[in-house]
Amino acid sequence: MDLTLKVWRQKNVSSQGQFITHPAKNISPDMSFLEMLDVINQELITKGDEPIAFDHDCREGICGMCSLMINGIAHGPEAGTTACQLHMRSFKDGDTITIEPWRARAFPILKDLIVDRSAFERVIQAGGYISVSTGSAPDANSIPVPKKDADFSMDAAACIGCGACVAACPNASAMLFVGAKISHLGVLPQGQVERYERAVTMVQQMDEEGFGNCTNAGECSAVCPKEISLDVIARMNRDLIKASFMQIAGKKVAGKK
Amino acid sequence: MTGVMTLYRSSIGKKAIMAVSGLILVGFLAIHMYGNTKMYQGPEAFNAYAAGLREFGYPVLGHEHFLWLFRIVLIASVTLHIWSATSLTLTSRKSTMARGVMPRAPYGRKETIVASYAARTMRWGGILIAIFIIYHLLHFTFGVVGYGSNEFQHAHGDEYQVYNNVVRGFSVWPVSAFYIIAMGALGLHLFHGIWSMFQTLGWNNGNYDGFLRGLAMVITAVIIIGNISFPIAVLAGIVK
Amino acid sequence: MATDTTTRTVTRPVTEFADTRLDSQIPDGPIEGTWDKHRVQMKLVNPANKRKYTIIVVGSGLAGASAAATMAELGYNVKCFFYQDSARRAHSIAAQGGINAAKNYRNDGDSIYRLFYDTVKGGDFRAREANVYRLAQVSLNIIDQCAAQGVPFAREYGGLLDNRSFGGAQVSRTFYARGQTGQQLLIGAYQALSRQVAAGKVQIFPRTEMLDLVLINDRARGIVTRDMVTGKIESHLGDAVVLGTGGYGNVFYLSTNAKGCNATAIWRAHRKGAFFANPCYTQIHPTCIPVSGDHQSKLTLMSESLRNDGRIWVPKKAGDTRDPRNIPEGERDYYLEERYPSFGNLVPRDVASRNAKQVCDDGRGVGSGGLGVYLDFSDAIKRLGEQVIRERYGNLFHMYQKITAENPYEVPMRIYPAVHYTMGGLWVDYNLMSSIPGLFVIGEANFSDHGANRLGASALMQGLADGYFVLPYTIGNYLAQATFDKVSVDHPSFRETEQEVDQRTKRLLAINGKRSVDSFHRELGKLVWDYCGMGRNEQGLQLALERIPALREEFWQNVRVLGDAADLNQELEKAGRVADFLEFAELMTTDALHRAESCGGHFREESQTPEGEAKRDDEHFSYAAAWQFTGVGKKPVLHKEPLEFEYVKPSQRSYK
Repeated sequence: MDLTLKVWRQKNVSSQGQFITHPAKNISPDMSFLEMLDVINQELITKGDEPIAFDHDCREGICGMCSLMINGIAHGPEAGTTACQLHMRSFKDGDTITIEPWRARAFPILKDLIVDRSAFERVIQAGGYISVSTGSAPDANSIPVPKKDADFSMDAAACIGCGACVAACPNASAMLFVGAKISHLGVLPQGQVERYERAVTMVQQMDEEGFGNCTNAGECSAVCPKEISLDVIARMNRDLIKASFMQIAGKKVAGKK
Repeated sequence: MTGVMTLYRSSIGKKAIMAVSGLILVGFLAIHMYGNTKMYQGPEAFNAYAAGLREFGYPVLGHEHFLWLFRIVLIASVTLHIWSATSLTLTSRKSTMARGVMPRAPYGRKETIVASYAARTMRWGGILIAIFIIYHLLHFTFGVVGYGSNEFQHAHGDEYQVYNNVVRGFSVWPVSAFYIIAMGALGLHLFHGIWSMFQTLGWNNGNYDGFLRGLAMVITAVIIIGNISFPIAVLAGIVK
Repeated sequence: MATDTTTRTVTRPVTEFADTRLDSQIPDGPIEGTWDKHRVQMKLVNPANKRKYTIIVVGSGLAGASAAATMAELGYNVKCFFYQDSARRAHSIAAQGGINAAKNYRNDGDSIYRLFYDTVKGGDFRAREANVYRLAQVSLNIIDQCAAQGVPFAREYGGLLDNRSFGGAQVSRTFYARGQTGQQLLIGAYQALSRQVAAGKVQIFPRTEMLDLVLINDRARGIVTRDMVTGKIESHLGDAVVLGTGGYGNVFYLSTNAKGCNATAIWRAHRKGAFFANPCYTQIHPTCIPVSGDHQSKLTLMSESLRNDGRIWVPKKAGDTRDPRNIPEGERDYYLEERYPSFGNLVPRDVASRNAKQVCDDGRGVGSGGLGVYLDFSDAIKRLGEQVIRERYGNLFHMYQKITAENPYEVPMRIYPAVHYTMGGLWVDYNLMSSIPGLFVIGEANFSDHGANRLGASALMQGLADGYFVLPYTIGNYLAQATFDKVSVDHPSFRETEQEVDQRTKRLLAINGKRSVDSFHRELGKLVWDYCGMGRNEQGLQLALERIPALREEFWQNVRVLGDAADLNQELEKAGRVADFLEFAELMTTDALHRAESCGGHFREESQTPEGEAKRDDEHFSYAAAWQFTGVGKKPVLHKEPLEFEYVKPSQRSYK
């Protein structure tokens, strides 16, 4: 099939970008979306033009590297699918496809379709872990975890950190990402000790990074390739509010470094 | 103190403030609507209700003390609600700007997948409701807009003529139409706002999300249907 | 010293001596006590002195992240480098199945010894016994550590950990987190790493690629890197360098590895003197989704558990293009069931892969391009009902359908083997130190524990064992004994290496030829897949050894790399990696040629039993082949580390 691509091209973080139109001819419906971009890039190289820069790595929907806004939808039209697992059979001959990077203040564009997601790193560093040094762990079966909790924790832990939630959110909020981590650890018995501190420090960092707030629109969950539910945001809210009341009651919560 | 600062500084804290102030306002709306149904019992009952509000809690509380307490809570709630909304909206505007690039329209193309019309119109809806409240106060409380000369009757001592004022006020169909449209906007705002409140305060989880959405719908429907019934009843001649 | 290479060793292999340069440092005594004894004998670094050492870790996968975090916890300063934008994206994340540990929670007779035994045997007697025993020992600690970190392992209703049997093991020792075990273990290590970043003990360098190793006074003292965003070439000084950079599977172009996986770090270290062991050992996984066309950029693996219920077949007649549902039972060849009646479709990975290739070579392959065999669930659906199959394999069927647009409930799946893991890697001793003092190699990047074939659910175990529980001890032993010159990154060795890296980059950009980097990579991949893949023979390998240097020559004349050096330039990144693959491929082929036996995943056509099965040659090849670099295009020098089997006596595998 023949398509027209409208691709965001931007030289680097400090320059102004623009949409450039690239024709895409003889595209096989069996190609993945990224393979289609590979083919276009080969043509560009042959012509002596710089290929389109885009992030990708595992190409099996798990590393979270790929990050394309395709026709106004993060990761494209298929639900529960990363851009790398999207196939061209989801498009029709003659379509025009708009391809953009994630856009948010906290995700500066580095080049073309590549953004800097290091804000996510700093949010995790602010408390997205259980403090257990190697060697100090008790026998794995000494801490039973109810299956229901383990399953919920796994649902939240499935997050691949791709940033589609931020990209799709009308407020560029990172609450699905942060909520997923707070829920993954906060529901497990192992994560209880630091549960409220974690909520305070991670939310603080999230705000400092310049992410927006949640208006409960639900777009994040709708584009999430791992279909993480809005429950994780409710849980994060509850933990943070509870933490602040614990502080009001005089308990020392957070302030760790 | 740190706890208060945690709430005040964080986006989630501000949202909690919005949720709690919103909850108070929803409570007020429900009472307001319920009180106004007194108009279906005739002029005496309705006027006496207006007068009675001033004496609520008497003799423990003084004349209009309760009312002023109530008004202070309401004004505080409205102020906090608008303050938190403004603050969060400004943050969001900044957050959605990709640095230095297309500052006003972040995406060349952006689709909405699941966000309801109600969710997407919270801010504009909120502004419309604020305008409506100002009009509503100028209209029924102060009587300075929407009436012909001498149609609005101010209170004399303990004598309230609210029944007359409502009938006269709603008899002007463009005014009633404006009220009904404003109630539509309020309905959307309430439906998303009430459900959001449960989510924001962390009372939601997957198990009763459906129930909470239903509850938000029912509360909204009761308040809005009740409120819309008043201008319709006047225009239809049921209340006259 | 053995300098034999290529053809001569094929006809006259030499195994009679150990190479003094390959001292594996294994303490003697009974194997059960080796690691404990060694831990007592190792020198310790005074806790107050640990902060005076800086350790460079390259790679942030299971091995790299766990090592970086653990060493930081001990008090060392750690610098961690990775090419992705986040440590969480390293390719360990893609492992699906699970992680083995000899916990014996199921009370089904598992033990450290049994895990050790299975792993040595599964590796086709080409791994070091002592290393494998240690691996089995620390497997217990890994599960404890990960559970405490909050890895959401699958649980039973009582809240305790669930296990499953995996990869044909006869005990249930595999722990798992849905089909995302690798992801969850990596996130656990990543979180431990993030904690140390917050504590200021680890400094991370995302989107940074190691382009060379720096030696000062014959010790590994640092690396030269390129910042992939700004293009800046930088030097980093340390007291030891740890490589956890994964395997070299992408030399085949098409593999189940991530697109960015590369061999540059280990290859550059090899060029600087680190011996490369057993590069011809690659694992080919039998159940991958076949190639759909020339545009194919990578292959997707599906869990081999599918073979529990699916039946593998091809049409009896070559070139039969009928719809599989219309091919009558009598015209189908269920070749695995026929040839291996006792194991049937459940033969080990290598046997399943090899047979698939064979029937496709006979022209009986299915699907476009003829590289595929059917994996048919229609009998299982008839027997168990669609619901049961859906419960067991629903997510895999869904994934298959997403990629191929075919419904496996109705049409047989098509599968084909693909490169999946590489058992070879830089040679290391028992302390995980390479032949360069101060250069440690962990995880898939080293050669140590899997022999010629890796068992399912063992890769995650080895990566974490090395990172959490082995390297943090052994590196202290090295640091405590070594003396370090006071140097800075201004040392001439750093400056020279920086210049070399810079010149290489400039050279790549200056060629401005006609062909893209990918076109060279594809051609190289096809070459090694055809001649150095599952089945190999002397003639083919010789041919490959002629063609690889020619291709490399052409690359340096005719590759087209656009853009700037001082910019984010993905073509330039790829070009550097492919240039290294073009050198590495020659070594891999050389090793394959010299190893004139069939073992593990590799079928050497000259070495087979009368029934056409793989024949191992213990008499001549019971050693690890460690190659020393002597120059591009020059014959590498072979060093041999003999393998002795005191506990698990070598036997020929049979699945008939």
